[in-house]
Amino acid sequence: MLAHLGRRLLAGAAVVAGVLTLTFFLVQLAPGDPVERLLGPTATPAQLAAQRHALGLDRPLAVQFATWVGRFARGDWGRSIASGRPVVSVLGDALPATLVLAGLSLVASYGLGFLIGVWQARADRRVDTALSIATVTLFALPGYWLGLMLMMVFTYWAHWLPAFGATGIDVGGGAFTDGAGLADRLRHLALPFATLTLVGVGGAARFVRGAMRDVLGQPFVTTAEAKGLSPFQVTRRHVARNAMIPVIILLGMSLPALLSGAVFVEAVFAWPGVGRRLVEAVQARDYPVVMAATVVTAVLVVSGNLLADLCAAWVDPRVRQGKGAT
Amino acid sequence: MSRLRRDRRAVFGVAVLVIVCMAGVAAPLISTGAPASQHDVVATRFQPPLTTDRTGVFHPLGTDRFGRDVWTRLVYGARVSLVVGGVAVMLSVAIGLAVGAAAGYWRGTPRLLLLAMTDLAIAVPRVVLVLLLAALARPSAGLVILVLGLTGWMSVARLVQGEVGSLAARPFVEGAVALGLSQARVLARHIVPNALTPVIVSAALGLGQAIMLEAGLSFLGLGVQPPTPSWGNMIASGRDTLVNAPWVATAPGIALVIVVVACTLLGDALQDALNPTARSS
Repeated sequence: MLAHLGRRLLAGAAVVAGVLTLTFFLVQLAPGDPVERLLGPTATPAQLAAQRHALGLDRPLAVQFATWVGRFARGDWGRSIASGRPVVSVLGDALPATLVLAGLSLVASYGLGFLIGVWQARADRRVDTALSIATVTLFALPGYWLGLMLMMVFTYWAHWLPAFGATGIDVGGGAFTDGAGLADRLRHLALPFATLTLVGVGGAARFVRGAMRDVLGQPFVTTAEAKGLSPFQVTRRHVARNAMIPVIILLGMSLPALLSGAVFVEAVFAWPGVGRRLVEAVQARDYPVVMAATVVTAVLVVSGNLLADLCAAWVDPRVRQGKGAT
Repeated sequence: MSRLRRDRRAVFGVAVLVIVCMAGVAAPLISTGAPASQHDVVATRFQPPLTTDRTGVFHPLGTDRFGRDVWTRLVYGARVSLVVGGVAVMLSVAIGLAVGAAAGYWRGTPRLLLLAMTDLAIAVPRVVLVLLLAALARPSAGLVILVLGLTGWMSVARLVQGEVGSLAARPFVEGAVALGLSQARVLARHIVPNALTPVIVSAALGLGQAIMLEAGLSFLGLGVQPPTPSWGNMIASGRDTLVNAPWVATAPGIALVIVVVACTLLGDALQDALNPTARSS
């Protein structure tokens, strides 16, 4: 188990290092001179050269890369070109908002998706078809469009919920401790959360349905049925439990899709998270922020996968004992 | 094939894609023919669906804030969506086939490289990767195709690698090698054609994803630029008029959902038809 964890940790670290490298060299392809952009069109050649030297941009690419990685590892991620603030604080302020939104949506969409998928696997054909149509439609919904539609109904027509104006989770003091602050946060969270959850439910339910059906075809299910167990017991104790393993793995693997969805949902609702910062940074060609945001998402994804792997090992004794899931 | 014809999901998927393709091709015939034209903006803007404006032009889906006909923009936008999505998928299938076949056939370095690259690409959400690449150049339809093609090949490569790996050990391949054919010829003529099955499924699903991502990028202003209509930038322009003209953002969104549903259902149906051992029905 420990060896398994160690291998996974190493692999995760290698992936993050790879993303770091890829990001650095991709951004080198960007057109234009970053120093010219920084100093503006009025800068003299001497000023440009001085700034280039000050930033270390006149050194060989390999040296620049090594310096950048060293700084990155120490937590010095440079300054945002657009706002001049340190990138660490730009993204650090935004991370909690994304974690709250994406975390809650992940739990809700998988909870709902699991229930729907289990129901479908055991339901008769007509119910199954109806639910399949519903889940494939949810799966196809672009988050930004669904967000706009929900905004139209709940904000502009019904005047129930605010669409924008959420401040940072940690701004304003005691956001989640005093009652009024919490209520306000929840009202602002409602629409982005509903959007991201609905977009995720379809994929989760489709996958759970498939996993359940795979397990239903196994001989041990027939045995359980032949023993005279009730369909509910068979579903709960024998089928759902075994279908949990691929579902937990998928939970980890669905993080990229979730974060992708969060990018659009945050942009639509002006939710102050990493996704919105990333979109703003791309629109402003603010490369230090774009690079750091890419690495942050990669770290989130890798840790999510690691966590899912551990959970799967906890559920599945075969993985725990190092024999590997069949 | 007959299995596919009896599958209602496949029939729906193909029907939708054919209708949308035909609408895109016949766009000048079934619309006003001028998606970007503006006449008397004040007199023609914000016409609700199914109304005739003061100049006597009928608008089945209404007009936007510049008085442009939403239906016309929708069918011209279909061209953009299908061409960008289609070419992007072809590009990613081509890259995926090449990388997957190389990694499946020649073990060692190509395989290690492929695995490393797919692991990397899977660790970064595709939207983040797409945004990173989109930040490197000026937004255009060509850039969107390139970016989507370059970020969509990994699943194809993995599937192909697996198939090629198992095919390479089969007797007919050994026979071809024994006849003295070159490695490249064995790979291209005997192995790859037999490994295409999972690629077809992947391409159908990938088309839906590519169309959705193109719309997403255009929605954020990083894809197809106005006044060229794309479903994504139509939704973006309708965003500001949700209150007084909700149809502007609603129509392209519905079109998008229908096309993506069609691609997904077609992919599911193909999966079942091509892989009869799978139990899902």
